[in-house]
Amino acid sequence: MRSRWANKATVLHVGVIAVLFALQFVLPEYHHVNLARVMVLASFAMGYNIAFGYTGLLSLGHAMFFAAGLYAAGLMAQFAGVSAAGGLLLGVAAGLALAAAVGCLALRTTGVSFMIVTLMFAQAAFLATFYFGEYTRGDEGFVIPSHLRHLFGLFLAEPATRYFVALSLFALCLAISFAVARSSMGRVLAAIRENEERTRMLGYNVFLYKLVALTISGAMSGLVGAAYGMLFGYVGATFASIQYSIFPLLWVLMGGAATVLGPFVGTLLMFYLVDISSGFTSANMLIVGLALIGLILFFPKGILGSLRERAAPWLP
Amino acid sequence: MDFGPYFLLATLEGAVGAAVLALTALGLSLVFGVMRIVNVAHGAFFMLGAIIAWWVADTLGAGPMLSFLAALIISPLAVGAVAVLAERLILRRLNYNPESTIVATIGLLYVIEQVALMTYGPDARPVVAPIDFRVQLPWFGYSGYKLLVIAASIVVMLAVWWGLTRTRIGLMMRATQFDSETARAFAIPVDRVYGGVFAFGAMLAAIGAVLVVPIQQAHYLMGNDPLLLSFIVVIIGGLGSLRGTVLAAVIIGLSDGIISVFFSPTLAKIIATLVVAMILVIRPKGLFGTQSA
Repeated sequence: MRSRWANKATVLHVGVIAVLFALQFVLPEYHHVNLARVMVLASFAMGYNIAFGYTGLLSLGHAMFFAAGLYAAGLMAQFAGVSAAGGLLLGVAAGLALAAAVGCLALRTTGVSFMIVTLMFAQAAFLATFYFGEYTRGDEGFVIPSHLRHLFGLFLAEPATRYFVALSLFALCLAISFAVARSSMGRVLAAIRENEERTRMLGYNVFLYKLVALTISGAMSGLVGAAYGMLFGYVGATFASIQYSIFPLLWVLMGGAATVLGPFVGTLLMFYLVDISSGFTSANMLIVGLALIGLILFFPKGILGSLRERAAPWLP
Repeated sequence: MDFGPYFLLATLEGAVGAAVLALTALGLSLVFGVMRIVNVAHGAFFMLGAIIAWWVADTLGAGPMLSFLAALIISPLAVGAVAVLAERLILRRLNYNPESTIVATIGLLYVIEQVALMTYGPDARPVVAPIDFRVQLPWFGYSGYKLLVIAASIVVMLAVWWGLTRTRIGLMMRATQFDSETARAFAIPVDRVYGGVFAFGAMLAAIGAVLVVPIQQAHYLMGNDPLLLSFIVVIIGGLGSLRGTVLAAVIIGLSDGIISVFFSPTLAKIIATLVVAMILVIRPKGLFGTQSA
């Protein structure tokens, strides 16, 4: 029984990637660029989902992990001439190291305190991008020199390449999420989310599991941050702001926390909601606010979460 | 100017900041203490208070004194009404679950901010101060209105203290904070207390905002700094401890004023946020607190 479900899930996820691969040949240019961006941002949301969805760690500071990757890649390109491959590795390293360090401190707290502590650390990181404005150029940001935006000979600013790299990143993050969700570690993480005390009583080192989950989540966010910089060429302080901590929360909530595809569904939907609404109002964050309130009131499990509950229990 | 007078000026500026911060943070602390929820939209209520104050003064078009007094009454009431509505329609349905509430109030923050942007616009606008005289010190003249702000803040805080400790409503609030189950068993209308406390917390923020509008203009993003500072104050002061909140507001408001005169404000903020995070890591109950978050 279980293996048949596993097959169904595998087919679904491979199918989604295949559809996304095929879409690039039919989409008009505008949506082609958008979808590439959505896939990158959805990868960030999948990283967030490891911490928030699977482990129940409601962090309000993931912008700092994303920005750590973004700035690691961007600054090293700007000042040391490191190109994309090195940048991506640096991004992973930066996100991983920061998440491990922050986790060691912040995971001593739980619940609301954890949110506030992560928020404070992220705020300090955000302010740091201004303090070192001499290098980061603060709000204004800087553009990564295009001759460094090459990955194994591929020029990343070229739309078809960008789409392909975004899709590869997306597939990688999807695979990581899928693996975590299916692994025995994933079960322990879910157990921690549902009842931390009981899991501790069963003999699991709860702190260590949470730290590993947060570190994986941070490393993924760092990788995506670096990829975002390399693919779209711009590095700025906005990406370290509180908004970029709230976005992944929103996307995951909308698509369904603790579902592998939820972050993608949520990101896609939210991206187009904001995109369409910005056509007729400058206050497009209003949609974000209303979506947050509506979701938490009426769909706390999100789209795929509700679907799993009602129709498709096999959804990972 | 010599160091002495310069320091005095910085201290006075800090005291004004502390007075407004104490009111705002007191509102946040009351809501946290009684309802055990973190209201992220608190800064939005502050901003709303300032914008309504501008709107009242602008519509009325009477003299500065009259317009200001009208704003001081109407603005907190209007903000309180919005808060009651939010409590009824959103928070109560979430059953005051701490984490859901945070997500919902983040949403509320965006809604209020964006509605303000759509109606009030992106400009910063001032309200004329009700009194216009300068206190002439030997070294410099100082705005009489700013001294009035400090006095007004002290009066409001004394009134809150009196209300909490000497009235029946205050007793109900304290009982709910202490143990809401038992309070309910003693026929205290806990639901109504929650609604009232949430509105009252928002109104304190609005009063702080009306006081600050003649000094600092009303703008749709002005709530962010007070929100962060209030968070810091409530945490340092100890979650749920009102005395700690006021004490922390004075310390932080004063040092924020003094530090930002002498040092780079960005570095000061970085250090302050990191210190707060570390305090919460090491002492989850805050410095003077009894509850943990």
